[in-house]
Amino acid sequence: MPATSSPHTPQPAGTAPPGEVVLEARDLVKTFTTGRGGLSRTRVSSVDGISLSLRAGESLGIVGESGCGKSTLARMLVGLEVPDSGSISYRGRDVTAARRGDRRLLRRGVQMVFQDPYTSLDPRMTVLEIVGEPLTASRTGTRASRRDRVAELLSLVGLAPGLMERYPHQFSGGQRQRIGIARALALEPEVLVCDEPVSALDVSVQAQVVNVLRDLQRRLGVTLLFIAHDLSVVRHVADRVAVMYLGRIAEIGPTATVYEAPAHPYTQALLSASPVVDRARRGRMAARIVLDGDPPSPTSPPPGCRFHTRCRMARDDCRTDVPSLRRPSEAQERARLAACHHAEDALTRLEDVFGPA
Amino acid sequence: MAVTSTSPTAARSALRVRGLSVEFRTRRGPVPSVRGVDLDVAPGELVALLGESGSGKSVTVRSIMGLDADNARSSADEMRLGDTDLLALSGDERRRLRGHRMSMVFQDALSALNPVLSVGDQIGDLIRAHTDASRRAARARAVELLAMVGIPGASRRVGDYPHQFSGGMRQRILIGMAIALEPELLLADEPTTALDVTVQAQILELLDRLRRELDMAVLLITHDLGVVSEVADRVAVMYAGRIVERGSGDDLLAQPAHPYTEALLTSVPQTEGLGRDLVTIPGSPPNPERVPPGCAFHPRCSWAVEACRETRPALIEVRRGRESACHRSQEVVGAGNE
Ligand SMILES: Nc1ncnc2c1ncn2[C@@H]1O[C@H](COP(=O)(O)OP(=O)(O)OP(=O)(O)O)[C@@H](O)[C@H]1O
Ligand SMILES: Nc1ncnc2c1ncn2[C@@H]1O[C@H](COP(=O)(O)OP(=O)(O)O)[C@@H](O)[C@H]1O
Ligand code: SF4
Ligand code: SF4
Ligand SMILES: [Mg+2]
Ligand SMILES: [Mg+2]
Repeated sequence: MPATSSPHTPQPAGTAPPGEVVLEARDLVKTFTTGRGGLSRTRVSSVDGISLSLRAGESLGIVGESGCGKSTLARMLVGLEVPDSGSISYRGRDVTAARRGDRRLLRRGVQMVFQDPYTSLDPRMTVLEIVGEPLTASRTGTRASRRDRVAELLSLVGLAPGLMERYPHQFSGGQRQRIGIARALALEPEVLVCDEPVSALDVSVQAQVVNVLRDLQRRLGVTLLFIAHDLSVVRHVADRVAVMYLGRIAEIGPTATVYEAPAHPYTQALLSASPVVDRARRGRMAARIVLDGDPPSPTSPPPGCRFHTRCRMARDDCRTDVPSLRRPSEAQERARLAACHHAEDALTRLEDVFGPA
Repeated sequence: MAVTSTSPTAARSALRVRGLSVEFRTRRGPVPSVRGVDLDVAPGELVALLGESGSGKSVTVRSIMGLDADNARSSADEMRLGDTDLLALSGDERRRLRGHRMSMVFQDALSALNPVLSVGDQIGDLIRAHTDASRRAARARAVELLAMVGIPGASRRVGDYPHQFSGGMRQRILIGMAIALEPELLLADEPTTALDVTVQAQILELLDRLRRELDMAVLLITHDLGVVSEVADRVAVMYAGRIVERGSGDDLLAQPAHPYTEALLTSVPQTEGLGRDLVTIPGSPPNPERVPPGCAFHPRCSWAVEACRETRPALIEVRRGRESACHRSQEVVGAGNE
């Protein structure tokens, strides 16, 4: 089993001291079966052996390409999907098994913010009803106290409480996403799982939502799991980042280390292909690390290292042996782990990612 | 290096548009979505049309293609493809140009391809519709095109159907179809928005190579500043149906003269600002049915003064090769110097 958090985890400057582990996933596996049965049945390996732990007050970013299993992982962590195997514990209590008390504990403590602010809110409900729903459902407080709480929640995400009688269609995408966040905060969760919370928003309003999330983390100490495919947004929000490829974690560690000295060839390729707003570095994309071929289908993931079909550094061992998450030897940063047999070599080739120093 | 025409009246123009306006008839009355847009693209040049969703980018390029929606009414003072006056052509003549001298790549690759025809047949049909190539020659050209857009094993895969390719490959096949007849102008509407970064990089590189090798003019629509920064020679920024700023990529990104461009640039997460809050633009883009009077950006603009509520600023030259539609452009562009 890969270890994902070492006791010596140094935290990047400017964040809360490492807290206790609030949410821990061990060896999560989820496979979907599609098709009508018989020969047309196919098995989609969506998440394959993911372990991670979230410490109180930290923000963990998850990045990876479409279909690599980010949403599936998120849905398991909030209890919307049951893993085939592996376990999830919340505050030290195993909540994987579908015992109702445990699941209620998880559902209350870990809330989710969904990707699409246009479809995730019920159009027939007022903002008061939407944000107050978790309180009503759990019979928390009186009608009047719930109203006060909704007003408080709305101010927390930067919306005027006077708007609570309105309907979702009267709000812009950014405002709707903030309504979704207010609702997720209603039961004072310890962990907020945000699945691409800004991807559907206009560029000029993404920053509003990113700032609200950062502010909540600072003021309320909420633990954040932040999924995105935009690497620059994750860099801005996350203390630690996990890079996923085809259902597995390729690399995980403090954000600065992963972005500045990526040890996994896949992380390196991703970073080298992301356009940055910097004309001086124009043409950098032409010099990027080119991935061979197309992403393999999750219905027949390659054996060994799942990245080997596209990795420029692949050797024989990569085609047969599954690399486990480990600390590259001699690497300065102890908390960064990479699932690559040749991470040491990869680290010597950082100029391919960033150009000559 | 591409030809960078600094003067909008450059003689060698692949596309020249003046005063394009598009209005939609809706149940709630007419909705003006594009208002007086001017555009120029020179051969071999890549111009980025940057704007947020609903700003009118797609409506603009569809109108240039002659593919206006049924409920749209468009008008323009001038619209030329090379020497051809597009406004003087009949619907039929316009149709014959499409796919031949000008072509378009749509955002949604799967729905733009015919699911029941092999990609080789689709490309072949297109070639034979516009040229007198034989079936065999068209097939050979299809293989060549697939290889050109980077489909591995093109000769083996030419008989495959769209669903047998990944999203990025389908997008590249569409580009292959769009360039099959070596058009003078390629309009690409957010061709990479739905794609992963590694695939996006391939497509952008392909567009960049094609315009260099074929001297094709490319109008690339995007809302992504990183993409603009990576590939654009010149940039036109659109807000609420109008071009609010344009100029060369280097100059405009380094020293924006319009507050909207400036705000967009500062709201993008950048390495220098790590740990700090992002700079936000208050409010959200306007609904085209209710565009604010005066300068449409004024309710969100940190530079706004009284005049901005009443008088719409014209798009005027603020310095050589740079135009901006803002009452305070000179101050804004000057602030970037500090
Ligand atoms: N209910 C389901 N039935 C069948 N396959 C599924 C189901 N849910 C997810 N999958 C498959 O599992 C894989 C991972 O999906 P997931 O939604 O977790 O990806 P993702 O990383 O969130 O992608 P994106 O960035 O596109 O949101 C994909 O191949 C997907 O098609
Ligand atoms: N057929 C149509 N009828 C009415 N309104 C339309 C139609 N097509 C586009 N619009 C409106 O025109 C505006 C600009 O749209 P569009 O050009 O698609 O924006 P974008 O810049 O995102 O490409 C939007 O407000 C859109 O809703
Ligand atoms: S284990 Fe091998 S194939 Fe996988 S990333 Fe490392 S070098 Fe590449
Ligand atoms: S004209 Fe006024 S409101 Fe418009 S961008 Fe310039 S300063 Fe801002
Ligand atoms: Mg997802
Ligand atoms: Mg569009």
